[in-house]
Amino acid sequence: MKAHLTRRYWFSASHRLHSDSMSPEENQRTYGKCNNPHGHGHNYALEVTVSGPVDQATGMVCNLVDLDEFVQGQILERFGHENLNTLAAFRECVPTTENLCREIFEVLQRGFTAAHLDKVRLEETMMNSFEYAGDAEVRK
Amino acid sequence: MVYLTRKAEFSASHYYHNPEFSPEENRRLFGKCNNPNGHGHNYTLEVTVKGEVDPRSGFVVDLKQLKEILNREVLDALDHRFLNKEVPEFATRIPTTENIAISVWQRLQSRLERAQLHRVRVYETPDLFVDYYGE
Repeated sequence: MKAHLTRRYWFSASHRLHSDSMSPEENQRTYGKCNNPHGHGHNYALEVTVSGPVDQATGMVCNLVDLDEFVQGQILERFGHENLNTLAAFRECVPTTENLCREIFEVLQRGFTAAHLDKVRLEETMMNSFEYAGDAEVRK
Repeated sequence: MVYLTRKAEFSASHYYHNPEFSPEENRRLFGKCNNPNGHGHNYTLEVTVKGEVDPRSGFVVDLKQLKEILNREVLDALDHRFLNKEVPEFATRIPTTENIAISVWQRLQSRLERAQLHRVRVYETPDLFVDYYGE
């Protein structure tokens, strides 16, 4: 029997939306307030969904302690209380929440092997959220 | 196809323990959740059913009936219970959130008439939930 487990985490970070391939005017037009050169911050809510057969001996898809440790070490410590624009992951791309969502998915997919990674869902504010499932469709 | 979700809440206690493991192994695997006196949660349950809309009633499912089935088959059995000791399937199956979602699915599936069960979601806390699609 296959179950899908979702865990929710929080971190806070700042960013500035600015693309070097655009003129100052185009940046301003595209990103508006988010183009403020000093940046601004959000409290991001992160949901990680993993799936797999429920182990009959433990009743679990994977041990939550392992997932929490991985996310704490590889994601919350990497992005929490940072200026996203200064990180290597965003040297080549704009730290929009779309790109952050994809980056987090890829970090998990590369390093977390205890269960299948279904999806990453990232709330930038309570009003907008982003979901990424790699090559798969986002399942409702 | 229209999807309809009904939400419910129940409070229950549980602990995690596998009698085939040594006490040390149980503690290592399950940590605080291995305390045999149990601990509790306020669970939130979301049951999603799907189906075509009946042209006469305009319903996918009669919500009143769904609520009655949910109350009788699930909430009466789980609410304010020590899951390991009072719910038959958890005498042999550890009452993790995964297994609770599977149990709710199994309790509902054969009772639903018109609509088809799509998903059972169980929140153990606002930060942890499990989805089961009957697979």
